[in-house]
Amino acid sequence: MKQKFNIITSTCVPLPLENVDTDQIIPARFLKATTREESFFGDNLFRDWRYNPDGSLNKDFVLNDPTYSGEILVAGKNFGSGSSREHAAWAIAGYGFRVVISSFFADIHKNNELNNFVLPVVVSEGFLARLFDSIKTDPKMQVEVNLPEQTVTNKATGESERFEINGYKKYCLMNALDDIDFLLENKDKIEAWENKVR
Amino acid sequence: MANTLFDKIWDAHVVQHVEDGPEQLYIDRLYCHEVTSPQAFAGMRERGLKCLRPGNIFCMPDHNTPTHDQDKPIEDPVSKTQVDTLAKNAEDFGLTHFGMMNPKNGIIHVVGPERGLSLPGMTIVCGDSHTSTHGAMGAVAFGIGTSEVEMVLASQCILQQKPKSMRINIEGKLGKGVTAKDIALYLMSKLTTSGATGYFVEYAGEAVRSLSMEGRLTLCNLSIEMGARGGFIAPDEVTFEYVKGREYAPKGEDWEKAVAYWKTLRSGDDAVFDKELTFKAEDIEPMVTYGTNPGMGMGITESIPSLDTVPEAGKASYLKSLSYMGFKPGQKLLGTPVDYVFLGACTNGRIEDFRAFASIVKGRRKADGVTAWLVPGSWMVSEQIKEEGLDKILEEAGFEIRQPGCSACLAMNDDKIPAGKLAVSTSNRNFEGRQGPGARTVLASPLVAAAAAVTGVITDPRTLI
Repeated sequence: MKQKFNIITSTCVPLPLENVDTDQIIPARFLKATTREESFFGDNLFRDWRYNPDGSLNKDFVLNDPTYSGEILVAGKNFGSGSSREHAAWAIAGYGFRVVISSFFADIHKNNELNNFVLPVVVSEGFLARLFDSIKTDPKMQVEVNLPEQTVTNKATGESERFEINGYKKYCLMNALDDIDFLLENKDKIEAWENKVR
Repeated sequence: MANTLFDKIWDAHVVQHVEDGPEQLYIDRLYCHEVTSPQAFAGMRERGLKCLRPGNIFCMPDHNTPTHDQDKPIEDPVSKTQVDTLAKNAEDFGLTHFGMMNPKNGIIHVVGPERGLSLPGMTIVCGDSHTSTHGAMGAVAFGIGTSEVEMVLASQCILQQKPKSMRINIEGKLGKGVTAKDIALYLMSKLTTSGATGYFVEYAGEAVRSLSMEGRLTLCNLSIEMGARGGFIAPDEVTFEYVKGREYAPKGEDWEKAVAYWKTLRSGDDAVFDKELTFKAEDIEPMVTYGTNPGMGMGITESIPSLDTVPEAGKASYLKSLSYMGFKPGQKLLGTPVDYVFLGACTNGRIEDFRAFASIVKGRRKADGVTAWLVPGSWMVSEQIKEEGLDKILEEAGFEIRQPGCSACLAMNDDKIPAGKLAVSTSNRNFEGRQGPGARTVLASPLVAAAAAVTGVITDPRTLI
């Protein structure tokens, strides 16, 4: 869970579909857990795409293709739309991804990834299209995600882009701090606000 | 500055601006259901924390609840554990809990407004994307993740980047058989499921103003399906009339004071939005979806768009989607046989939705071969159905009314649409497997659902009104 994030250089797993919703990332029937065991959610990441209805592996799905592996998931635009379930972020983290690259993320899911120390990296549509091409050409190509510098680099082509993240959240990720640590330090301000509106 | 209604409510709740970061926003109301809260309570225990403002927090199970025999223990042991865990957490942390069979229980987004817990001017959150529903009361309401639920449990605050503002005007009058659900499905079909991502939407215009409170709740409910974090409608006489006298609403002198304040909650005439869009009500017909996201919708008389209308990067997803649904580009859906009909969910599980459904059913019979699940959004709705005699109309026509809960909207209980079956559903999402593994969902209004239920095929409800 809480782990310091700095620079990650890894091969990628490509998922060139758009509008991948959180029901696909983790179907509702896996939301009945009352604990946060990452391995459980990771094992069921993309469950209904990963397994056939009879429970056998779907050989055509990218997670079951030994050609592709790595700590970076690369997905089409509007990744994580739909339900607010944080279980989707737990599944992505639990599977072993540290970064998701897409040209567009749904708001709630993006926050959920950040709160679980998975970095959502927004790139331009052109960069994303060329990255999918690079992975197709050479599945062993690597991408470097540099949080301190806020850059993402396609090591096959040398193409690099800057990505956005606010200074506060960057500090949290680099130092493995979460928002509750921050809020608890600010209790006096909460009470001051309450007194003001009363 | 601060001249949009969104700015007014949001800015009034900012505790502090975090340097080079988000804003610390005070939350007036936190709702917790059983699915997205257990890990947040577990986190509280691990850190040894108590809730800062337990009086602002209300809990109720809705996702796992069976829609029959709620007086008996839940059969699925995993569901039972999750529901029991919420009751235990509420007790341990001193929070109000409306358990199963409590007359106040129901879907959290139906119960909040109907009990007067969700009020104009509030900030409201819940670990559920359809929290946008409560925006209909004139509140800033949005869905959050479980880590964020824990933040609010611990501090009654959340750290959040302020979204941009958008106004969507629907001008003119809605045609016969066109409902709030159709407005929402129409907007999604125009904007796509990411068209409003990053925004909070204020709905305005004559067609929106003329909606009942139930219709407004439906419209705001679906804001998230355009990607918007939330959607809201400035409070007016319709809102005040709805809220007045409800259990947790202000009373007496407090009521007068509250209404005086609520009347100030509107965007200024010179308000500037980051984006403003206007549509004509007369362009909207009863809608149906044909794909596997809610943005893939069309007028019920139209044909599924051809592949050449889809941008290159989206073609693979489009074909995957139609293949899952068993539909083809260019196909019309009118006349397509239907296996299941689901009336309910936080989208369309309110009294007005049952009235609409019953209005089509009256004097007709359920089609053979259609399985229909009619699930009220709460016990209060269930009681109202009986008081108005709608249960008689529905039962005489061969329908059965079930007990309240989220039910087949996301099939966490036993109400699962079997693989391959086609359902016309008044819920909010047609994602692959949403209503059960392999289930195929057509989203529509209660009128379209009723028309399908009595004819057995997708039917334009305007031909039956």
